[in-house]
Amino acid sequence: MRDKQIEDLKDYKYGFSTDIESIKAPKGLNEDVIKFISNIKKEPKWLLDWRLKAFERLKVLKEPDWQKPKYPKIDYQDLYYYSAPKSFNDKPKSLDELDPKLLETYKKLGIPLQEQKRLNGIAVDAVFDSVSVATTFKETLTKQGIIFCSISEAVQEHPELVKKYLGTVIPLTDHFFATLNSAVFTDGSFVYIPPGVRCPMELSTYFRINASDTGQFERTLIIADKGSYVSYLEGCTAPMRDENQLHAANVELIALEDAEIKYSTVQNWYPGDKDGKGGIYNFVTKRGLCKGNNSKISWTQVETGSAITWKYPSCILKGDNSIGEFYSIAITNNHQKADTGTKMIHLGKNTKSKIISKGISAGYSDMTYRGLVDISPNATNSNNFTQCDSLLMGNKCGAHTVPYIKNKNSDSNIAHEATTSKISEEQLHYCQQRGLNAEEAVGLIVNGFCKEVLQQLPMEFAVEAQKLVGISLEGSVG
Amino acid sequence: MEEQLKIDFEKNLKNFSYSDQEKKFKEINFKEFLKQGFPNRKLENWKFSDLSQIIKSNIGELSFYNNYSKENQIEKIELINELEHNKLIIVDGKIVKIDFKFEDKDKIEVLVDQSEKTIRKNINSLINLNNAFSNKFCKIIIKKNYSLKKPLVIYHSTNKNTHFSNTNSRIDFKLEENTCLRVIDIFKDNSEKNFINIYYNFELDKSSILKNYKIDKTINNNVKYSYNNVNQEADSISETFILSSGSKFFKNEINCDLQGQHSSAFVNGIFDLDEENHHEIKSNINHLVENTKSYQLVKSVLEKKSKAVYQGKIFVSSEAQKTDGYQLSNAILLSENSEFNAKPELEIYADDVKCSHGSSSGSLDENSIFYLMSRGLNYKEAKKLLINGFLLDVIEKITDGEIKNLIKDLMGVKE
Repeated sequence: MRDKQIEDLKDYKYGFSTDIESIKAPKGLNEDVIKFISNIKKEPKWLLDWRLKAFERLKVLKEPDWQKPKYPKIDYQDLYYYSAPKSFNDKPKSLDELDPKLLETYKKLGIPLQEQKRLNGIAVDAVFDSVSVATTFKETLTKQGIIFCSISEAVQEHPELVKKYLGTVIPLTDHFFATLNSAVFTDGSFVYIPPGVRCPMELSTYFRINASDTGQFERTLIIADKGSYVSYLEGCTAPMRDENQLHAANVELIALEDAEIKYSTVQNWYPGDKDGKGGIYNFVTKRGLCKGNNSKISWTQVETGSAITWKYPSCILKGDNSIGEFYSIAITNNHQKADTGTKMIHLGKNTKSKIISKGISAGYSDMTYRGLVDISPNATNSNNFTQCDSLLMGNKCGAHTVPYIKNKNSDSNIAHEATTSKISEEQLHYCQQRGLNAEEAVGLIVNGFCKEVLQQLPMEFAVEAQKLVGISLEGSVG
Repeated sequence: MEEQLKIDFEKNLKNFSYSDQEKKFKEINFKEFLKQGFPNRKLENWKFSDLSQIIKSNIGELSFYNNYSKENQIEKIELINELEHNKLIIVDGKIVKIDFKFEDKDKIEVLVDQSEKTIRKNINSLINLNNAFSNKFCKIIIKKNYSLKKPLVIYHSTNKNTHFSNTNSRIDFKLEENTCLRVIDIFKDNSEKNFINIYYNFELDKSSILKNYKIDKTINNNVKYSYNNVNQEADSISETFILSSGSKFFKNEINCDLQGQHSSAFVNGIFDLDEENHHEIKSNINHLVENTKSYQLVKSVLEKKSKAVYQGKIFVSSEAQKTDGYQLSNAILLSENSEFNAKPELEIYADDVKCSHGSSSGSLDENSIFYLMSRGLNYKEAKKLLINGFLLDVIEKITDGEIKNLIKDLMGVKE
């Protein structure tokens, strides 16, 4: 049974592409394209100005080059910055009006868009290429005052909120990819949780790149007002293509007083084939701001896909007593490369942060944990604990740990530990003795290795992630 | 500064007799330095300390030419009395005395006036600067199967008239098979506001042992940089201990290539900083073959506005299976203005390895102080006792008994 399952999953099962007519902006990156995007989305003037300002800034910025995984130069003029299913010109009012092909795509992906799957109890916002196609469970959420919609919709309906918070965590003047996103972002999710509300269900976004030659630039903005709580999930896939595709998203989280945001990602973009051809460049900027006192932001990520993953979900702990957490599993196989980690910037008093990172590399891949813990002089009595463990399979791959630790406050404590090792022969032997074959044994041991992080994921995701962990390592032993 | 550099460089070429080949070598290095300048924050290795800024704010304009000919006499240097030793005295970057009086003469070969023709590898701009301006360097060869009876103490000193100068020195050591050498570096500064640049090359043949102890205890206003390059063959051992304390700024860089099986490297360090001192240790341990071992331990005690940086890197190549690499740094911040930065880095390409690192920083444990005070010590004594215990860990790692005691005395640490 399991063999069959593995056989099914061995190849990237989300590798199909859907034949849907789409509208694209002309190729290239220039003011006209930005105006085109802004125009087609009927954006107000301030947002267009904001985009153009970002574009001005972009002209003087250079791509960063300090990262470990190097990639061939991206020709930004050879990309489509906007691609939308044609039937979306007039946005459908309900799910019934959706293009059946689209629904089928999401069905293949296992996204519970349709009625019968609503039992799952997860509200989904699906983003197809550049635009958000459907959001479920709207009514239930609206009753509680929760806003969960695409960011384009939010710009139209809640401009005051978007204007107030957009770009406050990731400013226009940030690094190259973040600024690129600010200039050309097409869609994404918007979440606002009103004061004192505990979001009754998991909110989720599903991203999919379909068209070729497109970059996906979505922008997510989550605001948790005083005393609220939200758990947010993100998943992503893309079809198999020979060329590399760029995904440069920005995610901004803002937690006000006593609020808590939990953000989980299961990233499974197309990783390229066995020889490292094709795959997604996942260059994402994710940052959370614990603005109010006693707020909390927790990032959980399972990174198994993408040809290159390059991201550092970060927390700025500004409010006193705020807490930042980062749990990560990164798995690289074949020719995949990952450079990921987090930044914990302690500004407020009594702030706490915790980093648990598990990296597994196999095949010819390269995995880097890069992280920053910075305790500023005013962050009295702050604490950080970091643990990053790496597991290596074979001597063609690499695992690297590059933590930056800055302590400028004498009342604060930082503890960091890291280990790198391989699966011990004894453990393997023991498992095999009990009747597991080598691959199953490795799967079991790896799942144990990742357990601390997997526990942090919501139920439904945890099961999927656990499977994904096993599949990603197929063929790496023996 | 560029003008001054060019003038000084020309002067240097003119006033010392170099062969054409040497001149060429110096010119290549000089051009490279001009291109790169003093290291700044843009370089990953200097992320936490910007040398060009440090020189600007602490020294100002530097001059690069040292006229050795006129002042050949040795300034009065306080020598170590506690320990019988061989001497090597460097004043303003120039070796003024070499004395191996305790050793068999035919077992040690000292080659002065050595010169290099080609750049073997481009390390950093400061080594280029050293190559361009240092006088002919000295090479010390320890002959097969000989262990030096007494340690070699290298005194680094400056002339009392030397100010706002850059001094460069370089020594190469070759330890032939089955030899043992202990080197103690001691800094005795007679003048202020200089930039002292030291470059050592160690070649360790089979089964040789090198112990290098760097002691920077005298309080002074100089900016120092030291680079140790260690190449290790099979079964060799290198031990480096750094006591970083007195200078305004001191960066110790250690690069260890473990090229032979069963070779091992140990790097231990203490930062004991006060006032506005800013010190850094950067280590690069490269495990290149199977069955090699490295161990690093760095502890810091930081007072007032001082700042310590520890950047330790363990590199394991894909051939270097069965590597054992360990790295630990602890820091105690005693003042709210002190700062500790660390970047413990692992870069690993082999799977059958055991590598780990740990780093912690924080304040003194109040409970321990309370415990000691309840036993009758006052706050100051309790604090001192705890700090001594904390630092003793590193001192105990010193494998040489004589030198361990010397360092304990210097630091006022008693068991």
